[in-house]
Parts: sequence; structure tokens; C-alpha cells
Amino acid sequence: MSPAKGVFSADGHVVVVGASLAGLRAAEALRKGGFRGRLTLVGDEPYEPYDRPPLSKQVLSGRVAPESTALPQDSGLDVEWRLGAGAVGLDLAGKRVRLADGQDVSFDRLLIATGTRARPWPNPTEAALDGVITLRGRDDAARLRRELDAGPRRVLVIGAGFTGSEIASACRSLGLAVTVTERAATPLAGALGGTIGAVAARLQRENGVDLRCGVSVTSLEGDDAGHVRRAHLDDGTTLEIDVAVVALGAQRNTEWLRGSGLGAGPRGVACDAGCRVFDMYGIVTDDVFAAGDVARSPHPLFGFEFLALEHWSNAIEQAEVAAHNMLHAESERRPYLHVPTFWSFQFGVGIKSVGVPPLGEEVVIVQGSTDERRFVAVYGHAGRTVAAVTFDQGKWLEFYLDQIERAAPFPPQYRNVAQPEVRQVLPAEFPDPVVPTEGPMIVRTGHSPTERAWTLLPARGGRA
Amino acid sequence: MTDQATGGQAGVLARILDYANRANPYPLYAELRKTPVFRAPNGAYVVSTYRDIWALMHDPRIGVSAMSAGMGGGMGGGAGAGAGSGAAAGAPGGAPGVGGGAFIGMDPPAHDRLRRLATSHFEQTEAVRPGMLRTATGLIDRMQGKQQIDLVDEFAYPLPVSVICEQLGVPHEDEPRFHPWSEAIITALDPRPGQQDAAAQASAEMNQYMAGLVERFRVEPGQGLLSGLAAEEGLSTQEVVATGRMLLIAGHETTVNLIANGMLTLLRHPEVLERLRDEPELVVPLVEELLRYEPPVQIDPKYMTLDDVHVAEFMIPKGSRIILALAAANRDPNRFPDPDRFDPEREDNEHLGFFTGIHYCFGAGLARQEAQVALTELARRLENPRLLADPPPYRPNPTLRGPRHLPIAIDGIR
Repeated sequence: MSPAKGVFSADGHVVVVGASLAGLRAAEALRKGGFRGRLTLVGDEPYEPYDRPPLSKQVLSGRVAPESTALPQDSGLDVEWRLGAGAVGLDLAGKRVRLADGQDVSFDRLLIATGTRARPWPNPTEAALDGVITLRGRDDAARLRRELDAGPRRVLVIGAGFTGSEIASACRSLGLAVTVTERAATPLAGALGGTIGAVAARLQRENGVDLRCGVSVTSLEGDDAGHVRRAHLDDGTTLEIDVAVVALGAQRNTEWLRGSGLGAGPRGVACDAGCRVFDMYGIVTDDVFAAGDVARSPHPLFGFEFLALEHWSNAIEQAEVAAHNMLHAESERRPYLHVPTFWSFQFGVGIKSVGVPPLGEEVVIVQGSTDERRFVAVYGHAGRTVAAVTFDQGKWLEFYLDQIERAAPFPPQYRNVAQPEVRQVLPAEFPDPVVPTEGPMIVRTGHSPTERAWTLLPARGGRA
Repeated sequence: MTDQATGGQAGVLARILDYANRANPYPLYAELRKTPVFRAPNGAYVVSTYRDIWALMHDPRIGVSAMSAGMGGGMGGGAGAGAGSGAAAGAPGGAPGVGGGAFIGMDPPAHDRLRRLATSHFEQTEAVRPGMLRTATGLIDRMQGKQQIDLVDEFAYPLPVSVICEQLGVPHEDEPRFHPWSEAIITALDPRPGQQDAAAQASAEMNQYMAGLVERFRVEPGQGLLSGLAAEEGLSTQEVVATGRMLLIAGHETTVNLIANGMLTLLRHPEVLERLRDEPELVVPLVEELLRYEPPVQIDPKYMTLDDVHVAEFMIPKGSRIILALAAANRDPNRFPDPDRFDPEREDNEHLGFFTGIHYCFGAGLARQEAQVALTELARRLENPRLLADPPPYRPNPTLRGPRHLPIAIDGIR
């Protein structure tokens, strides 16, 4: 479709802040959509966009080098790269982005795609010890890889979300001793709930992980040379370790928007279903858009609740919608109706999900068996199907996606292959959202676009 | 949907199955798509549009029909349709048990368990390529000095048998025995009267041979899938043999057609053949386009509904047989722009040539490489190849559709 008349085809300057998957895909979509004006991509890292999923998998197991993860780019992208100096401020009235190197970049339209960063270990002194690592970027992966190569006596992974679990899996595949601690009752509790999380717990233990749930690390202790050597848990035990990976979920990179007047805060940048960002009064802006992990937008399939999605496919599809809407007049804009999907690979099992599991109160195994680690679990909320999670049964997901889009009844009544003899509806066991866990990858952020009161930080005293 | 319309579509289906239309069934498939779902006179539901077939193949309310649990139904297609639906529609009868007991005829969880085991003993990485190339080179070398060849008998047929024997771990010296067996068994998929006895005997002989091989491997492990599966706990000799048979037949018959259809298509598009000579890397998207344009498996009749299922605006009731017209879906203009054009560089080509969902072709990786090696070598080495008959004579089977012979004139071998 050609851009509507007069709307942003030849002139103007689009600035994309955030040079990762969403930023790159948006830039490509802008060009494909006919945008011929100036296009600037701002990134805080010195690298052109690279792919993050391999960082906790193939890069750690040594099959892929950290620097071999660059994302392919369309030829003829014609982008001005501003890499190595991230955005630190936004002047909405003056239409300018301020960069860390003191320079300003003016824009006609702005796309915010600053994503998330790893939540750091809360005690800065302990966090600065050698061998204490968070994993989000290429440099982190290279660092962790070097620590693992050194043959640590034991690796501690703090937090059993997807990233933490995948790191533990990589460690086991390298033959390293690994302990995983998790505040919730099971791994993956924030993303899949405790009932399915219990299956993940068995999977970890079967693969030799020393998994400890319901405990917190209270402090990390270094040797004289400043390298981490011990971890103290709140159940009184002490672990002898040489590496501590802090995998406590993500924080949204919105600090640079403080005082900008946009509806942005720790829960993300609020935007409408067309990716247009709200200001602090809940009024939609004309020239500022958001996409990717940092965006939170109302989803019509899920009660118009604002969702922030930390998923690879979300980054791509939301970026494409944002780019389209940046180029088009009102009547031609598209809503973002993507049903969340994600995948993880750990301990030899492919885990996939569609929909919004944390919205579910109940869960039922409809295909296969949790004992065999091969199953489809369907999540229900108020009598309808809202999500499905598969362990090594990903080929069925499209069917469940369709069921979610149709708001099919829950629990399902149909007959299907590999149906368990009894379809027992169980509580999904999502942890109370006020209890911090490793952090889910789908964050329900309420119904207000400007909600800024809520933060998720570990409690005082360094509990995590 | 009026009775008349139903009758019309039933007539179209009958004409697809009619041998007279084997050379070009595609206009009939286009007719079939006009009614995306219709109920054949025998009660089976025929589905022909891409989106609907795609959805059904990912729908857990669909299982493999008990009536087609063997290869005869699963891959034989015409045979399976013969047992249930096609008989009334004029399809040939069945070849029961050709692949019975193999995972292609099973639902999860049994399907998944067996398929997973087989996967771990089936080599389809690039490591298989040198062996394939050697076999292909040898077959082409033998054409030296000829002015006329039959590409089916002299190349497309023997190549996959050698490849699959290697996969199974059949000792080289026994390989010649496999050629007549597989031929006889495959003939049974073309179930004209009189073919069944020979097939049954060949089938029994091959079973016996494979069972002996499996027993030997249990004592003295060797290379390949049979030996690998023999070493797995809890698998009976019968289960191992059934898996081996299915792979032999499914892997062989379909690949013959892929190669023969491929060469036929290239000879009909000489400019593409010419390009392939100079740009061997073109073979990768070209083989994908072949799988869309001339899919070796045209119809998949092995499914049935376990519950009421809505497809398009139709409801297929629980317990119904389903016939998926893959060849029609591959030419669905709502999925593939300009679908009747052979475009070796087609983008977004997610064809159904290897099916989709859990029964996605087990040997797809192997078949792709076989077709890639075969077509690249044929393009490179045959001098001035010309079709001697267009259309060539086809085999009767409407489901595993392909030329019986492909006579080609050549000026020599490079």
C-alpha cells in the first residue's frame, strides 16, 4: 500500500531510539513502506543490531560466537547509525532527543524501542564482584562464556525464569555443577504458573540441577581478589561458587523519558493499539510511537488490558505495525492484534506458548502427559481459553492460537489425539503479582496508560 | 450447497482419480477448490484449499483413520481412499498393511515415541551428500554412449533405493535384492487386479529379510537405522521392521516422483534448466517450487475427525474420513500468487509438498538433498536433453503421482 498523500513519504526525519530487533525491523518496514526521508537509529551499545535469543543458548554452550549473532539487514536500508551513545532525554515540545554524548538529534517522528535491561543485583558492592554477571547483551554473554570456560566449581543462577533456566541448561550441557535459586515455589512460575512450573522443576532436577525453590540469596561474598566465592541463602545455607548469574528479570529502559511528559514509567511506555504513545494525561500523541519490550498497549483479546511483551515475535510484529502507522493517515492505520507467542529451549525440551498464560486462573492438560514432558496445557480465565503452553508439542500451537482468538470455551470439551483419560482442571498457581519472582515475560500492567506508581524491586536487604 | 453441486464435485473427484487425467489434474484441482469442503458420495469429506488444509493438519481433533493405518492408506492414498472413500469415487482398492505398524499410521503419543526414536537413528545432514553424489554419478556414467534414456528406470528409480538402503544399514551386497522387492510392493499401491499376489510375496520376503537383519544387529550392531532401532529397549523386531518398511516405501516412491517430475518440469522449462547449469545454487529454491508445483503426494486420505470440526463454513461431523487434496492447496491462488506458474525463485513458498503438522515428511531433509543432487547433476551432465514424449506415460496411482517412464534423447554425457 502506498503511503497516504502528504503523509511522510519523502520528507521528514524519523528517529528510532533503540537499535535492537524492534528498532531494526521498524527501520526496514519504514523503507519497505515507502519512506524516503532521513532515518536515524540510536543505540546505546556500540554494535549494529544483533539477535538475543542465542545468547543464553548456543553462545553459552560454545556453538556460536557472541559476535556471530548480528541480525541480517535489508540492503538499501540507508540509515544514519548513532551507536554507542544512548538517548538520555526527550524534549517533546522541541522534538529533540538528547544523547549520552551531549548531542541532540531532532525528529519529525519518533519511535521508542529502547527495550529492557537485566535487573541488576541490588547490592552494588556485591554486584561489582568478578564473576557476578547479568545476561542481556553480547558483551555479557562473552563475559559469562569466559567464566564458564574457566571451569568454575559451581555456578549459581539466581532466578529461574526463562533466561535463568536456559543458562542452567547450558551449564549442565557443559558438565558444570549448577545451583538455581528461585523465590517462587517453582521455576518459570511467573510465566507459566506453579502447576506447569512444577514440571519444569522436575526437568531441571532430572538434568542434575541443584534447584532450590522458595529461597532467596541474601548476600554474595568475594575473596581477597574481589572474585565471588560464596553465596548465603535465607534458609541459612552457604554455597561455594565461582560464578553467580543474576537472572531476576528485566527492567524497562524508560528513565530517559522522565520529565518528558509521556506516559512512561517502570511498567513501560503506554501506547494505544496503534503504537501511538500516550502523554501523561492519557492523551495520544501524534508523532511519538513505541514498539517492542518497552511498549505496553491495550489488547482487545485480553480485556483491553495493557500488556508489555518481552518476546522476539512481539518486537518484530509491533515494530511493523508502528512503522506502518507512522507512515499512514488515520483511516489506514492498523491495530496491533498480535497474540503473544514465545519459545524457549532448555534441557533438550522445546517449550512454546501462545496467548497470555498469566491471565489464566486454571490450567488443564489436554494432550499428552506431564510425566513424559510432552504435553499441551491450556489456560482458562472466566470460562474462556486464554493461553496454551506446549512441551515438545509445538506443532499443535496454531490450533490453540485459533482457539484463543475465537475465545473458545474453557475447559475444552472436544475430543482430540493423545487426550488424557481424565481432564483435570487445576489451579494455574501464578504467584501473587506483588511477590517479586524472576519476572514473567508477559507483564500485565493494568488498565491505565499513565500508571506510574507500581515498581518491581527486590525487598530491602538484598533478597531476591 | 445443493445436491447438484455435490454431484458436480463428486464428478470432479472421479475425474481426478481417472487415469485419463493423470498427466494434468491441475485444472480439475482448480474446480475442486471452488467448493473448499464437500462430502463425497461415500461420506468422506474432501478439503482442497490451502488455509483449511493447513488448519486441519494442525488440529488435534483430527487423527489418523484406523482404516488407513498402513502405508496403503497413509501414503498409498489412492489405496486408502479406496478402502473408505475412493472406492465409490472410483479410486483403486487398497494394499493393506504395506506400512502397517509404522508411525505414519499412528496418533500421538505412540506416534511421537516411535518417530522420535527413528529420528535419532536417521542421518539426513549434509553428511549423506557425498554418498548420494557417488551413486548419482555412477548412474549417469552408465548412460555414456546412449542416445536415448529412460530417466525413471535408469536414474530416478535406482538412486533412492540405494540411498534408503544405506540409511537402513542394508549390507551393500544385499542391495540388489531390494530393488525388485520395493518395485513389487510399490506396484501394490497401484492396485489393478493381478498385482497383489506378487506384492504379497515380495512383501513377505522383505519382511523376513529385514527381521533377520534386525536379529543379527541385536547380536552384532552395525551401521544405520535398523541397527540403531534394534538396540533401543522395548522395541520389538516387528516394530523395527515396520518402521524400516515404511521408510523404504515412503522414502523411495515419493523421491522417484520428485526427481522424475523435476526433470520433466525442467525439460518443459528449458531456460530454467539452462540457468541451473550455470547457477547450481538455484537448485535449492527450485526444489521447493517443484514440491509445490508437482507435489509427489497429491492427496492425503489418512485422517478422520475425532469430534465435530468446523472448516470454512462447513461442519465435518465426528467420525468422518477426510481427504486432503494437497495438490489443490499448493495451487491455491489465495495463498500463492500466479499459482500455475513454475517460478524457481518463488518467495514465501510454504508449500504442502511435505505435508505440515506432526506428520510432516520424516525424510524431508534426505529427499531435498536427493532431489538437489539429482537435478544438479542431470542438468550439468546430460548434453542437450530433449523430451521424447510429452506428456510421458504416467503410473496409474493418482496419489503418488509421477511418470512411469520418462524417455529422453541426449547427445551425450559430459
